[in-house]
Amino acid sequence: MTTTVPEVSKTGTSPTGPRRSRRGGVMSSTGLYIGTGIAGVLFLIPFYLLVRNALSTDPDITGENWKFFPTNIQWGNITEPFRDTTVDFGQSMVNSLVVGTLHTVGTLLVCSLAGYGLARIPYRHANKIFYAVLFTLMVPAAVTFVPSFVLVSSLGWVDSYRGLIIPGLFSGFTCFLFRQYFLGFPRELEEAARVDGLGYWGAYWRVVVPNSLNFFAAIATITFINGWNAFLWPLVIGQDPSAWTVQVALSSYMTNQTVNYHLIFMATAISILPLLFVFLFLQRWLVQGIAQTGIKG
Amino acid sequence: MSTTTTRDLARPAPAKASKARPRRGLRGSSTFNFWLFTSPFLIGLVIFVYVPIGWSIWLSFFEARFTVTPDKFVGFDNYRFMLDNNDFVGSLGTFTVFAAFIVPTTWALSLGLAMLVNRLRFLRAFFRSVFFLPTACSYVAASLIWKMSLFNGVRFGLANTVLGWFGVENIAWLANPDPPWYWLVILTARLWLQSGFYMILFLAALQNIPQELYEAAAIDGAKPGWQTFRHITLPQLRATSTAVILLLLVAAYQAFDEFFNLLSKTTWGRPPLVELYYTALGQNQDYGAGSAGAVMLTLLIVVVTLFQGRIMGFGRGDESK
Repeated sequence: MTTTVPEVSKTGTSPTGPRRSRRGGVMSSTGLYIGTGIAGVLFLIPFYLLVRNALSTDPDITGENWKFFPTNIQWGNITEPFRDTTVDFGQSMVNSLVVGTLHTVGTLLVCSLAGYGLARIPYRHANKIFYAVLFTLMVPAAVTFVPSFVLVSSLGWVDSYRGLIIPGLFSGFTCFLFRQYFLGFPRELEEAARVDGLGYWGAYWRVVVPNSLNFFAAIATITFINGWNAFLWPLVIGQDPSAWTVQVALSSYMTNQTVNYHLIFMATAISILPLLFVFLFLQRWLVQGIAQTGIKG
Repeated sequence: MSTTTTRDLARPAPAKASKARPRRGLRGSSTFNFWLFTSPFLIGLVIFVYVPIGWSIWLSFFEARFTVTPDKFVGFDNYRFMLDNNDFVGSLGTFTVFAAFIVPTTWALSLGLAMLVNRLRFLRAFFRSVFFLPTACSYVAASLIWKMSLFNGVRFGLANTVLGWFGVENIAWLANPDPPWYWLVILTARLWLQSGFYMILFLAALQNIPQELYEAAAIDGAKPGWQTFRHITLPQLRATSTAVILLLLVAAYQAFDEFFNLLSKTTWGRPPLVELYYTALGQNQDYGAGSAGAVMLTLLIVVVTLFQGRIMGFGRGDESK
């Protein structure tokens, strides 16, 4: 289902061609901006509520006279989740950073190598193996969480980084994306490397990877976001609070006996911050990556 | 740890490679290289994907309570148990309805946003970012905002505050299944989280439509607006639409995070995965029944996927690679 085969854009120019329609006068373009603006405000309201409540006192959040713009801003709230004793929020942030980073590095390494092997190295049974990889796309990972949990617990990996990270590395989908990408990689570059006496391994690391950094960055950002936001698997594996990721910690706030509103909102806001950084600085790759990868479903 | 696995896994390869008459030595042999590149992934795939699938199917035929190495074969009893279990069957039905709502609405909203953004001349990148931003939010974080602030059942929730201006009584959005307002909470949260991501897909696809098509249509007298949308834009977006709907369908049946968090103490609105979670990892630890449920859910997803593929011509004529 790859109707639109992504070009290997080594130059990294974004494909946003200025193909806007020229029809419509002032009236319709005003309407366009009003409509887009309203939709934009609606999309931003949840973020505003999050920040507003994170920086308010509890009475300002739950009081009778709920104000959209509070006057009493509590900057001191920022450190509060880290001082809270019921949930070790700092530890959960560290866990998420470690898990998210290693998940991304591991997935990229394992899946890109396999994708390259399947795309470029001739082997008699390569097609059969590729179908075996495709088959796993039919079975959603979330559905096999029960036996996966059983397997991981019999390995003794419950409550450990290994248990949180390793089972998620072998994504058939990511492998598939890399294979499709490498199929479109210019052969001449590899042949030049071969002439210079490099084997597959050397050509891969010295020529193919350095010329594919855009694609790697795109996949990396998406993988990191998914790893950071994952909930079901960390919930199952993190039995002990010390192994909770930040998502599991947030979830536990919601079922706690005492509800400390401003603290919960501040913790949520902090948990989103790393991804906001990813969005601000890596959006080009992210958009490109989604455009290239998502289409192939 | 991947280095250690690589080493372990690479071991069987040379034996095979030696048979395939090495011309340029072992390192040049492509069989050896094939396994060198793919074995870390393939071994992991077998252990962490194929083994759980197989184990799940095996467990589903055994009485497996509090144990994962059962010895009492019970045939299809677990399947019968899960099918007699109204909660599970009900949740499968509920989720088919849920998918029937959320898939078209997300599709329409993300396509609409993409078309809006695509027509902007100024602030285009800004609005694209605004609509895309919720993708950074996790389902857990969104559930929290929705439950504690936006749709809080008490009077300070934003929705109730706004409704209060019009003299509407407070609505218990999540705490009361009748009328089922909780669906509104869940649908809006999911729409907000998902739409931006699919908007990016549609934006890319819109920009790939050759402008000449619109010019030709204009010469032929087609009115811009509905006519060109219906006869040019929509058909040109078919491949993307198919992919988006497929992704949305699979995601809908796997819904877990927001239901688990929004409706944590309730008995209503439980999706299949939450049911399985409580069956297998709850007090009974019934792995057999849980696995039977997982097998049935997988089959349902596969059937729906293939059915949708049939209708939409999934992959038709573009498997030429």
